[in-house]
Amino acid sequence: MSEIKKIKNLKDFSTSADRFEGANLLCPGCAHSIIVREVLNATNDDLILSASTGCLEVCTAVYPYTSWDASWVHIGFENGSTAVAGAEAMHKALKTKGRLKQDRDPKFVSFAGDGASYDIGFQWISGCFERGHNMMHVVLDNEVYANTGGQRSSSTPIGSSATTSPAGSHSYGEKRNKKDMIAIMAAHGSPYVAQVAPNKWKNMVKAIQQGLNAEGPTFINAMSACTTEWKFAPEDTIAISDLATDSHIFPLYEIIDGKQLNITYRPKNVLPVDEYLAAQGRFKHLFKDQYKFMIKEWQDRVDANWEYLQRREEAKV
Amino acid sequence: MQDNGWNDFEIGSLLRSFNGKAENIATTLQEDRNYSNSNSFTASVADWRIEKPVFNKDFCIDCQFCWVYCPDISIISRDKKMIGIDMDHCKGCGICVEVCPTNPKSLLMYGEHEDEESILAAWPSKDKEKK
Ligand code: SF4
Ligand code: SF4
Repeated sequence: MSEIKKIKNLKDFSTSADRFEGANLLCPGCAHSIIVREVLNATNDDLILSASTGCLEVCTAVYPYTSWDASWVHIGFENGSTAVAGAEAMHKALKTKGRLKQDRDPKFVSFAGDGASYDIGFQWISGCFERGHNMMHVVLDNEVYANTGGQRSSSTPIGSSATTSPAGSHSYGEKRNKKDMIAIMAAHGSPYVAQVAPNKWKNMVKAIQQGLNAEGPTFINAMSACTTEWKFAPEDTIAISDLATDSHIFPLYEIIDGKQLNITYRPKNVLPVDEYLAAQGRFKHLFKDQYKFMIKEWQDRVDANWEYLQRREEAKV
Repeated sequence: MQDNGWNDFEIGSLLRSFNGKAENIATTLQEDRNYSNSNSFTASVADWRIEKPVFNKDFCIDCQFCWVYCPDISIISRDKKMIGIDMDHCKGCGICVEVCPTNPKSLLMYGEHEDEESILAAWPSKDKEKK
């Protein structure tokens, strides 16, 4: 196992040499690149990376440019995870046979959006986890197919207006609630599963380091506030992320070995959900009299989920 | 390889991020890297900006919030100090200004064509209303 990079504080972190480059084509203010930077800068290990089809992929590999300073591959929408798993299996085989030209131990990380993880690539990710590859899958969870014009995914939260679940006079938008992908991945018996957010950089770095150094397939769900589809101004990405984590809408927690759940961030002042909802165009209609009942639905559900997480944590089961 | 267009694209070809041998990139700073022409580092998105961030180092406390939250690797920090902005890669999103905690702020947005010297000369003073 390689040495874990020492990052005591933000000044330490700022001495990192980024392995992700600018002049990529992601929108101004996109949280994807903040997350990718935090993930890559959490380690000095060699990296074998992939990205499944999605904003991150199309914006960082526009011929003739690459924005990646590490080995990186894209194949299709569904199979970024298996591409990395294949490389990991090959590395392991060569190492066992003593045929590696250089004895280095790279980390294997696949990046994918919620569309490529919760929906289209789900079976492939599940396969990687079931086979026990030594890799990490990172979801850039912006709760929508942002790359193709804002269609709903199974991560789109209830009440959100997406192009295939639009809000209007007869509908409050998306009817189903977000799939609990973290529980599903923990149920695969993964040694480390965590939900993280880029505005809590230290929490993120800790989770990434723990995940990279665990043996086996690990899963990170990173909240990625999307200025374009969530409809907020580009300079507000961090402020919106703060509203999400401080209102318990995106609780930060980890599950170890599929069992032990630890809450890793507890906001000091818990905010009501309406501050988060009101800050984004995708929830604007919920403040009309007709749909106001949805705000209470949100608050009750978020409170119940927080209560559940706390009980799971206490129960240690 | 990047001299060829789409039509001459060979299946299985690689785009290299660096010229020649690249080792220990994770500990090599940008100025010491041998970037290839196919690395987007060599491209510019400066023309995306309508507004630009301007940095006033007099008020900066080197907290590095701007460094960690800049999506575009455009805050240049060396030896734990914020030393400037990479204007080829900055898209003018304004996040760095929002997260800067000093009073007055050490980063502010101005129109792309405004003159930096006069901006610095007229920098706002401490806002007493704010804590
Ligand atoms: S305006 Fe945005 S892209 Fe430019 S330096 Fe600030 S945070 Fe980075
Ligand atoms: S956020 Fe402001 S005070 Fe902190 S390093 Fe950047 S410019 Fe300096």
